[in-house]
Amino acid sequence: MSGLGLRSPVMVASGCGGTGRELAPFTDLDGLAFVTRTLTSGARSGGPTPRLVESPSGFLNAVGLHNPGLTVFCETELRWLVRAGAQVFVSIAGSSLAEYAELSRSLGRTPGIAGVEVNLSVPDPEGAGVFDAREPYLAASAISVVRRELPRDLPVLAKLRLDVSRAVETARAVSEAGASAVVLGNALPAAMPDGRPAGLSGPALRPVALRCVLEVVRALPGVAVIGAGGVESTDHAREHLRAGAVAVQVGTALLHDPTTVSRLVSDLAGAPHLVRGSDSDHRDQHHHRDLHDHHAPDPHDPGRDHDRRTDLRSPAE
Amino acid sequence: MPDVVPTRALPDRGPVHATGEVLATRRAGAYRVLTLAVPGIPERFRPGQFVAVSLDTAHLARRPLWIHRVRATGTHGATLEVVVEPCGVGGRWLSALPQGARLPVTGPLGRPFALPRESVPCLLVGEGYAAAALFSLAERLRDRECPVTMLVAARDEAHLLSALEARRLARSVTVVTEDGSVGSRGTAATHVGAALDASGAPVVYAAGAASTLAVVAREASARGVSSQVALERPMPCATGLCHACVVPVLGGDGGVLQVRACLEGPALPGDRVLWDELG
Ligand code: FES
Repeated sequence: MSGLGLRSPVMVASGCGGTGRELAPFTDLDGLAFVTRTLTSGARSGGPTPRLVESPSGFLNAVGLHNPGLTVFCETELRWLVRAGAQVFVSIAGSSLAEYAELSRSLGRTPGIAGVEVNLSVPDPEGAGVFDAREPYLAASAISVVRRELPRDLPVLAKLRLDVSRAVETARAVSEAGASAVVLGNALPAAMPDGRPAGLSGPALRPVALRCVLEVVRALPGVAVIGAGGVESTDHAREHLRAGAVAVQVGTALLHDPTTVSRLVSDLAGAPHLVRGSDSDHRDQHHHRDLHDHHAPDPHDPGRDHDRRTDLRSPAE
Repeated sequence: MPDVVPTRALPDRGPVHATGEVLATRRAGAYRVLTLAVPGIPERFRPGQFVAVSLDTAHLARRPLWIHRVRATGTHGATLEVVVEPCGVGGRWLSALPQGARLPVTGPLGRPFALPRESVPCLLVGEGYAAAALFSLAERLRDRECPVTMLVAARDEAHLLSALEARRLARSVTVVTEDGSVGSRGTAATHVGAALDASGAPVVYAAGAASTLAVVAREASARGVSSQVALERPMPCATGLCHACVVPVLGGDGGVLQVRACLEGPALPGDRVLWDELG
């Protein structure tokens, strides 16, 4: 197994699942791996409109990391997601390594999360005012800072750009720095028709994403890879899994059809990656306790390990 | 200002995503009216809400459509009527759909209009195809014994939606066109002040271009009238997932909040929207 504790090989990609509540009418969140929109320390109101523009078989987005900030998120969206039973991977981006450390320290004290995803692929880091992680060694620095601040058993996903020429190099650097898995990849740097920097996502990227996954899996067989980019059908998910990915993330497809994830989860239910069969009553009790203890978390509480499932693995192991 | 009760969707009335079938398609002036059978949506619908349709995977943005009418039919259960302007890729695609075509539909979406607690006179201002959003509202208000006045506006007669239908639902109807081809010459914005004065309504509901809604909200506020505006923004997902449809509104604490038109709207209190910052 990947060691990520995933109960299904299908994850909701960052920025496309809303707060979770909006997806809930269309997808059962219980047991679903849900990556939150990217959070920063303080709230951000995002970029001007239009923020999302149709492009052939894709979307150009310039949402600008619109988010309520980590603290508000933990009190509102996170609580709700945990209560709904989602396996929450919190996506973060910082403006500096110090901010990554600060974000990770808070997350290390936050019960109920299943992992952290580090967004190292913001299409326009300067514009967004976040740490520029385009160089592999800078991406690796961010991951080692995050890794240092988090409990060893908490998975850290490194979300990389679909950068065909440097995917292997970056994947190697971040996994040596402690990433539990690499996510390939995020929206490609692009431009809005009016010239503003944007990210291109959607089916247009699918072959590029698959290529990156194949290269990384081949070059780095020990690294867990999660495929992302234009996945919208069971066949697309299977292409990634056959290529050696341990899971796929579904993003843009949800904007077109909000039921995509539930469809894929049930279609792939027979896949060997699925380790359903957890005792949900038992899990609910833990959620309850997590929420109850929210203001007085005990990082040494042995129950936390159980919550994060026993097949978690520290990258150093 | 009168008390308006927000009619929040109940959890069991959340949206559904289902395959719809085009039962009928007809021309209405410059528009196309599609009658759709989509299981689950008509039963959940409340005035002010809308549906979104998906085209194909080459065109990912979903198209939000106002619901013109919900009708009970013998054979298909309740059906929806949506109004399409044959402009742009989506509008042309939808307008060309033949009877019997099937398409994915999500709805009902958004927060419906807040209704007055008491039977008070109401003014409804509709512009172009967006006026579609007001017809089921007029029916609902009439059922609550609120005297309804309507102002329907369009650039010309071809773009005027259902003036006859408006006469059936409202006590008094004013029709205005920019070219004067029918009714008085002018726009919704130039006539709303007079309509507010004449109707004496303490509540105005409006649907149309953002610039028109801004004028409606301003004229209403100047008279101490509360306004509910159905705001159209680009809505690529229409389900609250992408945060692309944000509208700046005045929060309770005086700060600016970015709310999603597809989720916290499309019906919003006009005096809360920061029109100058809408972009
Ligand atoms: S259109 Fe995506 S959040 Fe409103």
